[in-house]
Amino acid sequence: MANLGPADYSPYPVATYDGLYTPDEGKAMLLTEMVDEEVAMREVARVMLTSENATIFPGPQVLYAWSEEAKKKATLIKEMSEVLGAKMIPMYDYRPKYPKIDAEVEINPNHPNLTIWHNNIKACIFIGVHCHYANVALKIIRSETDCYTIGMCALSGHEDAMATIRDQHSEDLAKFIEIAKEVKQELGK
Amino acid sequence: MSVDIYKINPEFRDIMPKDIIDLEDNATWHATATKNRGISDLPDKKEILEEHSLCAGCPEAAALRYILTALPIPEDTIIVNSTGCTSLMFPHIALHTVHSLFGNQNAVASGIKRTLDWRFPDKTKDVIVLAGDGATIDIGLDYTLQSWFRQEKITTICFDNEVYANTGGQESGSTPKGQVFKMAPKGKVFDKVPMWELAVTSGCQYSVKLTASAPKKVAKVLREAVLVARELGPTYIHLYTPCILEIGLAANEGLWEMKEQDKERFESFRYVSPEAEEYLKECKAKGIL
Ligand SMILES: Cc1ncc(C[n+]2csc(CCOP(=O)(O)OP(=O)(O)O)c2C)c(N)n1
Ligand code: SF4
Ligand SMILES: [Mg+2]
Repeated sequence: MANLGPADYSPYPVATYDGLYTPDEGKAMLLTEMVDEEVAMREVARVMLTSENATIFPGPQVLYAWSEEAKKKATLIKEMSEVLGAKMIPMYDYRPKYPKIDAEVEINPNHPNLTIWHNNIKACIFIGVHCHYANVALKIIRSETDCYTIGMCALSGHEDAMATIRDQHSEDLAKFIEIAKEVKQELGK
Repeated sequence: MSVDIYKINPEFRDIMPKDIIDLEDNATWHATATKNRGISDLPDKKEILEEHSLCAGCPEAAALRYILTALPIPEDTIIVNSTGCTSLMFPHIALHTVHSLFGNQNAVASGIKRTLDWRFPDKTKDVIVLAGDGATIDIGLDYTLQSWFRQEKITTICFDNEVYANTGGQESGSTPKGQVFKMAPKGKVFDKVPMWELAVTSGCQYSVKLTASAPKKVAKVLREAVLVARELGPTYIHLYTPCILEIGLAANEGLWEMKEQDKERFESFRYVSPEAEEYLKECKAKGIL
């Protein structure tokens, strides 16, 4: 079990302690640095390809077939997991779980650290999780674990993710997959 | 609402737990089920109310389950809730719910209903308020009554446990005279507010008082109230769901308390306006009741 991070149980996004906010349009955040989207995509791919138990956490917005875009994203996320060699653990709803969650099969925004600890996950991608729940989960993970969190967000990004790429729609996911393939080759994987 | 939000993208079926797949395959949505939801669906349908964080044996949880089984179109129903023990159940149900600021529930519901009627003129959308006695009869009384005066087409359900349970046992307008609680040590000085009667004088088309002792009866009343609200105007259900914690009963004693009160404070009261009576007959003839 990791120690508490410096921001402990602050009500604010933990990252604001580091002066971090969401990236400008067309940009991405890598830890404390605002970079071009493509630079972030390469780094995110590298982290996922080289970290222990890298995992994608798809949320309700992509798990369920409620729109054409969601259906497209599902196919792309599946491909992404194959390219990255990443496991997938879904966040299929946000209900607090009683008496306990099964950390092998799900991640829950109210105690996401359990899934990270239990599966010893060192890097993860949040995708399709509604803003508020992504923020809560990312904040807890940031303060309680040593997992490198990546927010692939369809809106303006998440300050509490260690890397955040914003405005990610299906065309952007396709672009990311191509970049990930290149990085994988460069790494000789 | 489109029930597509419960359809799992095929790429993810292998990582979804069985109970979520079951929800897609077997859920009792009006649009997809072969028959209407009913009390017999209670034991094994995930979407009704699987788990909750109320006290073990709390009659509020049982009553909400009965209500959920009786909704005519669950996927097109919105329940507006207020703070209190009841609100602890809403994160657990597969239904649109709005947690309004304590007491504001009937005002919020009126706005939602009017907007839905404007936004979806060709669709039926039911709006139901479900709140405790503190929210309905004390702190939200103004909004409750105003929604009735204004003939808003919503159903109001009060889960009357005769106490502010969630905050640890203060007396409410609905507490019976003389009752002592942990935080009402001198005993209630005034009589219980007869809300079911106020509902009638304030313009409700339908007002029923009952306990949650008989599941099918609760389900029938709910269905009637929702159908009348849809067509004619406000309806009210005053339901006794005792707080077993505050009156010192064990987890298995709520039912007996309700059965006892069936003969006393919650002896059945039923008002149906002549128009509503007529309309319910029509519904029966059409087989929707
Ligand atoms: C505006 C506002 N005022 C007061 C409260 C505090 N409060 C929370 S629950 C509650 C009592 C709820 O009583 P009731 O409506 O009877 O519901 P029950 O818990 O008994 O089911 C109160 C006063 C609040 N949350 N918000
Ligand atoms: S405090 Fe009372 S009303 Fe609230 S959950 Fe417990 S038994 Fe139910
Ligand atoms: Mg109460």
